[in-house]
Amino acid sequence: MNGLRKFIDNIKPQFEKGGRFSYLHSTFDAFETFLFVPNLTTRRGSHIRDYIDMKRTMSFVVIALIPTLLFGMWNVGFQHFLSMGESATLWENFWFGFVKVLPIVVVSYAVGLGIEFIFAQIRGHEVNEGFLVSGMLIPLVLPPEVPLWMVALATAFAVIIGKEVFGGTGMNLLNPALTARAFLFFAYPQDMSGDKVWIAEHGDAMSGATPLGNLLTNQPLTTSASDMFWGFIPGSIGETSTFLILLGALFLIITGVGSWRIIVSVFAGGFGLAALFWAIAPYIAPDNAYMALQPWYHLIMGGFAFGAVYMATDPVTASQTNRGKWIYGVLIGVMAVLIRVLNPAYPEGMMLAILLLNVFAPLIDHYVVEGNIKKRLKRIPVKA
Amino acid sequence: MSKKITIKKGFNIPLAGEAEKTIAEVEAGHYAIKPIDFVGVFPKPLVHEGDKVQAGSELFFDKYRENIRFTSPVSGTVKEIRRGAKRVLLEITIEADGVQEFVDFGKANPGSLSREKVEEKMLKSGVWPFIRQRPYSIIANPADDPKAIFISGFDTHPLAPDYNIIVEGQGAAFQTGLDALKKLTTGIIHLNLQQGATSSEVFTNAKNVQINWFAGPHPAGNVGTQINKIDPVNKGEVVWHLRPQEVITIGRLFLEGRFNAERIIALTGSEVLKPRYIRTRLGATIAGMVRNNVNAGKVRYISGNALTGRMIDSIGFIGFYDSQVTVLPEGDYYEFLGWALPGFGKFSFSDAFPNFLNGKSKKYQLDTNMHGGHRAFVMTGRMEKVFPFDIYPLQLIKSIMVEDIDEMEKLGIYEVDEEDFALIEYIDTSKTEIQTIVRQGIDLMRKEMS
Repeated sequence: MNGLRKFIDNIKPQFEKGGRFSYLHSTFDAFETFLFVPNLTTRRGSHIRDYIDMKRTMSFVVIALIPTLLFGMWNVGFQHFLSMGESATLWENFWFGFVKVLPIVVVSYAVGLGIEFIFAQIRGHEVNEGFLVSGMLIPLVLPPEVPLWMVALATAFAVIIGKEVFGGTGMNLLNPALTARAFLFFAYPQDMSGDKVWIAEHGDAMSGATPLGNLLTNQPLTTSASDMFWGFIPGSIGETSTFLILLGALFLIITGVGSWRIIVSVFAGGFGLAALFWAIAPYIAPDNAYMALQPWYHLIMGGFAFGAVYMATDPVTASQTNRGKWIYGVLIGVMAVLIRVLNPAYPEGMMLAILLLNVFAPLIDHYVVEGNIKKRLKRIPVKA
Repeated sequence: MSKKITIKKGFNIPLAGEAEKTIAEVEAGHYAIKPIDFVGVFPKPLVHEGDKVQAGSELFFDKYRENIRFTSPVSGTVKEIRRGAKRVLLEITIEADGVQEFVDFGKANPGSLSREKVEEKMLKSGVWPFIRQRPYSIIANPADDPKAIFISGFDTHPLAPDYNIIVEGQGAAFQTGLDALKKLTTGIIHLNLQQGATSSEVFTNAKNVQINWFAGPHPAGNVGTQINKIDPVNKGEVVWHLRPQEVITIGRLFLEGRFNAERIIALTGSEVLKPRYIRTRLGATIAGMVRNNVNAGKVRYISGNALTGRMIDSIGFIGFYDSQVTVLPEGDYYEFLGWALPGFGKFSFSDAFPNFLNGKSKKYQLDTNMHGGHRAFVMTGRMEKVFPFDIYPLQLIKSIMVEDIDEMEKLGIYEVDEEDFALIEYIDTSKTEIQTIVRQGIDLMRKEMS
C-alpha cells in the first residue's frame, strides 16, 4: 500500500488551499479518508481515542442492509416470473431482479453523493458518511418498476430539501430516505401505490395486489403468513422479507449501531394496538377486514419491520434520549397501525408514522430533558 | 452516614504500562510552576530570573485574588520566566540547590487554631491552590464556606497511581491535613474509597471524615462523579475537593511548619521501559525519569493520564495537580482501509469491533491517532453509557455549543468539569473535542456569573 500512499501524498498538494484543484478538496478528502484512516493525532483533550468512527458505523448499517438487497433482487425476478406463470431458476430470478434493481441503486448513490459532495465543498466541510446509508435505503423502499428519473428526482429532493437546507448531516429533521419515498408517494401516486407497480413487467397470471391492498378493499388475505415472513410476496424491493430484516436488526443491535430500544418499542407499540383492534373488532366494526386482522400479521406485512429496523432507528431524526426513544418507538408502532386500520385512503401507515414522529421527536426529548431539569431544581434545599 | 454507591456507567481502558509497585528516587534538578495549570488565574510574577528562592518563597500571585499565592516547591535559583504568545506566563523554572532550605511558617496544631489562622497559613505558604471547587473547577475562594469537602481516595483513570502506595507511612500528615480542612467548612469532609479493593490504613483510620465506598469502573474515582452521587452542587452552592497527596502536603505544613512539596508520582505508559513510582517534588522535570527509559520511536509525554493529561516535551515539567506521567506512542500514521477491516486485536468500547475475541485481561498499547475524521454529531445514546451523572450529556454539550447560558445552568453545568467528559470524548464517533467544549462552557458561565 506504500505505492498508493505515495501517489496520494504526491497529488495531495494540488487539492489543498492554493492548489490547482482546491475546489475539489472535500471530494479528495472523501476518497483519501476512504482509502486511509488519516494520520491525525490528538492535540487537546483525551490523548487516546476509540477506533470507532463514522465510516465504520455507517458501513455497518449498509452491511445490515445487504441481505435484504440481495433477497430483494431475487424476489423481483421471482414475482415477475410467477406473474407470467413461468418457472425460473434461482439464478434467472436473481439476474432479472439484479438488472432491474442495480440501476436504481446506482442512480440513488450517484445523485445523492453528487449533491453531498457539492454541498460539502461549498461549506468547506468533510463529506459525511450518512448518505451511504440513505443511498441504500432509498432503492429498498421503492417499487421495482419505479422510473429512474423519479429515483433521481426524489433523491435530489430528499438530500437538498430534507437534509442540506437544515445544515446537512446531523441537523435534518426528517429521515432523508423516507422523505424521498414520501415525495414520490404524493407527487406520483400512480407509480407508488395500487396493484400495478409491485411486480416488475407484470404478467397476467396473478393479481399484483399486496396483502395491504387486499385488506384495504376488504378482500380476504390470499397470502400465507409464512410467505409474508420469509418475503415471497410482491412489495417494495427490500421490505418483503421480515426474516432477513430481523437478521439485520440482530446485527445492528449486537454491534450497538442500531438502538434496540427503538426497534423493540416500535414492534411493541404496533402489536399492542393491533391486538386491541383485533379484540374489539367484532363488536364495533365487523366488516373492517383490516381491524379484524390477527395482530402479528401487522408486523410481517408491508413496510412495518423494515421501517422499525432501518428507518425509525436513524439516530439523527429519532429521539435522542433513552426514555424518549421508548415513547418515540411505541408511538410509531401505534400510529402505523392506526393509519392502516382507520384511514380509508392509505393501505400502509409506516412511512407516515415515522415521518410524523420524526417531527415530534424533538418535542418528546424536550419533555424528557425538562423532567431532568425539574428534578435538579427540586434538589435545592428550601431555606427556612 | 457512610454511603455505598455502585457506578454502572463507565468503563476502564486497559492500557499497557502500569507502574511497578516500587519507588525509585530521581533527583530532578529542575522544577517549575506553570500558571497554565490554574484555570482562571491571572499571574503576576514576584520574582526575576536569577533570584534566590527557598521552598515556600512566593513566585507569583493571582491578579484577581491577590491573597492566593503560589510558592516555590524547592530552594534554588529562578532560572527562567518563560512567556508564550501575547506574553502569557507559561512557567517559572527553578534550578534546585543541593540542600533544601525552607521558609519557616511555624509549626502548629490546626485543631487549636482559628479558621482565620489556618486559612492565612495555607494562603501564605502556597498550599491553598491545592483546594479546588465546584462549580467551575477553579482554585477555591477562601471567603466561601463550602457545604462539603470531597477527597477521592482512589484514581480510576488509565494507569493511574495507586494512592495506597502514595500515602504509605504518611498517616500523621494526612490526619493533620484533614484537621486543617475541617476548620474550613461547617459541612462534612467526604473521603471516598474503592469498595472491594484494599485501602491503606491511612485512609480507613482517618478521623473527622465520613468514609464512603464506591464500586464500579472509571469514572467512579472522579471526584465529580462522587459529588454528584453524594451531595450534588446546586446553583449557589460550593463544594471543595482535593487529592490525598495534597492533603498530606497541607498536613506537613502544620506538622513541620514548611512547604514540603515532596511527592510520589507514577511513571506509566506502554513506551516506558521501567514503569514505576518515583519519589520527587512538585513540579519536577521528567527529563531524568525518561532519559534512557523510553522506547525508540516517536512518543508523547503526558503530565497526568492519557484521558485528561497535558502534553509536555521530554524535558517538560509535571503539572501542579498531577501525580502521574504517561508516555504513549504517537499515532501519526495512515492506516489503509482501517475503518473497514475487521479490527482483530483492536480495543474499542464499541461492539462494532470483535472485542470478545481479545480476552478480558489483555492490555493494549494505544496511540494518539484520532482513528477517524471529525464529523457532525450523529450517534445518540452512547455518551450516556459512560457518564454516570444524572445529567443529559449530549444536551448539555449542545447548549454549550450554542452558548445558551440558561440552558447550561438548567442542565447541570455547575456540577461538571472537563475531566468528567473525558470518557465521552474517548468513545465519541464524531471525534469532537468535547473536553475543550465543556471547558469553554464552564469559563463562559463563570464570566457570566461574576
